[in-house]
Amino acid sequence: MLRHAAERLLMAVPVMFGVLLVGFLLMQVVPTDPAIVRAGPTASAEVIEAIRRDLGLDQPLYVQFGLYIWRLAQGDLGVSIINNVPVSQELANTIGPTLELMAASLIWSIPLGILMGTVAAYWRGSLLDRVVMAISVAGVSVPVFFLGLVLIWFVGFKWQLLPFTGRGGPLWTLEGLRAIALPAITLGGVFVGPVARMTRTAVLDVLGAEHVRTARAKGLTERAVVLHHALRNALIPVVTLIGLQIGFLLGGAVVTETVFSWPGIGRLAVGAITSSDLPMAQGTIIVLSLGFIIVNLVVDLLYGVLDPRVRAA
Amino acid sequence: MSQPLLQIEGLRTVFRSSVGEIAAVDGVDLAVPRGRTLGIVGESGCGKSMLSLSVMRLVPPPGRIAAGRVMLEGRNLLELSPAGMREVRGSRVAMIFQEPMTSLNPVHSIGRQITEAMRAHDKTASAAELRDRAIEALKRVRIPAPERRFDDYPHQLSGGMRQRVMIAMALACRPALLIADEPTTALDVTVQAQILDLLRELQAETGMSIILITHDLGVVAEMADEVAVMYAGRVIERAAATDIFASPQHPYTLGLLGSIPRLDEDRERLLAIEGAVPPPFALPKGCRFHPRCPFAIEACKAAQPALEQIAPDHLAACIRAPVEQAVELVA
Repeated sequence: MLRHAAERLLMAVPVMFGVLLVGFLLMQVVPTDPAIVRAGPTASAEVIEAIRRDLGLDQPLYVQFGLYIWRLAQGDLGVSIINNVPVSQELANTIGPTLELMAASLIWSIPLGILMGTVAAYWRGSLLDRVVMAISVAGVSVPVFFLGLVLIWFVGFKWQLLPFTGRGGPLWTLEGLRAIALPAITLGGVFVGPVARMTRTAVLDVLGAEHVRTARAKGLTERAVVLHHALRNALIPVVTLIGLQIGFLLGGAVVTETVFSWPGIGRLAVGAITSSDLPMAQGTIIVLSLGFIIVNLVVDLLYGVLDPRVRAA
Repeated sequence: MSQPLLQIEGLRTVFRSSVGEIAAVDGVDLAVPRGRTLGIVGESGCGKSMLSLSVMRLVPPPGRIAAGRVMLEGRNLLELSPAGMREVRGSRVAMIFQEPMTSLNPVHSIGRQITEAMRAHDKTASAAELRDRAIEALKRVRIPAPERRFDDYPHQLSGGMRQRVMIAMALACRPALLIADEPTTALDVTVQAQILDLLRELQAETGMSIILITHDLGVVAEMADEVAVMYAGRVIERAAATDIFASPQHPYTLGLLGSIPRLDEDRERLLAIEGAVPPPFALPKGCRFHPRCPFAIEACKAAQPALEQIAPDHLAACIRAPVEQAVELVA
């Protein structure tokens, strides 16, 4: 088990390097010169040239990349071109709210999705199954921003039930909870559908398996058959798929944060990109990809916990 | 004569389909005496597995039991409540299946799967007690070092060991009847013999009855006291195992026996029964075997023959029986 974990960790290193390289190169093809942005619209050619030298932009690409990695290794993510604030400081400020939002979205949507999928699979073909599947198809099809806007319009604006801009404070306060409700419903809402569908397919698959027949032949109750045999085995594919989907959820977080003015990394990324703040944009890309890698790592490890055959391999 | 342990009467199991209801089991009468082994023989698709799942009331949907009685120890299993039937499963009637790999849950240790079967019928025993009993059960099926094996997962065991675990699990609550559905089909020949020996020894120890479902007449010859031959959802011949092999009375049984290789006869070719089992939605009129029967006459197409006494304790559903005369006529 420990070896399994160590191997997976080791495999994450080249992935992270790849992300850094691609992120770096993407920034090179963006038709914006950081030196010009930094110098401002009225600067003279000499000033721009001086800034370019100062930032090391006159060096060949591989030297720049090497320098970038070297600084990164020392924890230096650079400084915002726009407001001179260290990128790492901005990231540190915004990662908390983003994690908060992710957690608040997943904590209800994953259990609900699994419950809906299991119920639909067990009573497959029934009215209940069809209702659950209709809801989840709707959930899969509705874009995040649309759900967010609808909630803002009705719940936030028309009926004035919940706030819809910004973070209201720590989560343990009522204001904090009220403020996170709509963003979390929005982001989690688009997640329930996929989880329900995946769970339904996986549980259906296991319910037809011979070991489920064995479980029934032993005289187990239907509850034990479904929970300990069908759902327990179905969790293996479901966890994998949830892990992959959480990657997309990071993208959804960017949209949700923008729609609800949530002070997280996603909104920071959008702001940095629209204002050509390249170091900041690069920093957010690094954090978001790191998040993706960590989620996949956790899924890999969970897989080992859930499936004894993987543990042995 | 004492009452048999299990008595099946007029059992009919049907599946709903686009062409109407199809009977996988069509009016079967059988009895299993205490401590004896009934072999149920037939080609794939003859309904023998559906028959056993019907006894357990585990017919997969859209199948259902349409008629009949399944009397176990004086109770009709078909009239029990779902909870009452759960009480019977595992504790009075247990079942083992063909594929020990897929019949065990890959994500739970074998120890857990055995204790789970015990827990289903014993709510009061402590976990440690159940563990001891499970290890005892593993020991009974001759698994070496059962204490160490307890925490193993199915994928860590060989096919034969897995089937032993299945047997240990099935016998965990000392059932009166064990239904073994092709228990050795997926195993190597040497392992097959070991598993059959084990079943026989356990039967002698516990006095349980066994229903052995197989397409392998060799297995039947070795294990069964009585044999029922099934064809297209019906029992077409029933007799003591020795009688079936010595003087088969149904042409189908005769054909089955002709298709086993034998060492004591100098035969160039094995006899095969022409054609295939008709699918249940396209059964022929009259005797269901007549299109493949070498002895068929006009009357065979008219009506379905009933299972009738041909000799003492020997039943066959064939108007041409006793078949020896028919053989002479054809020859």
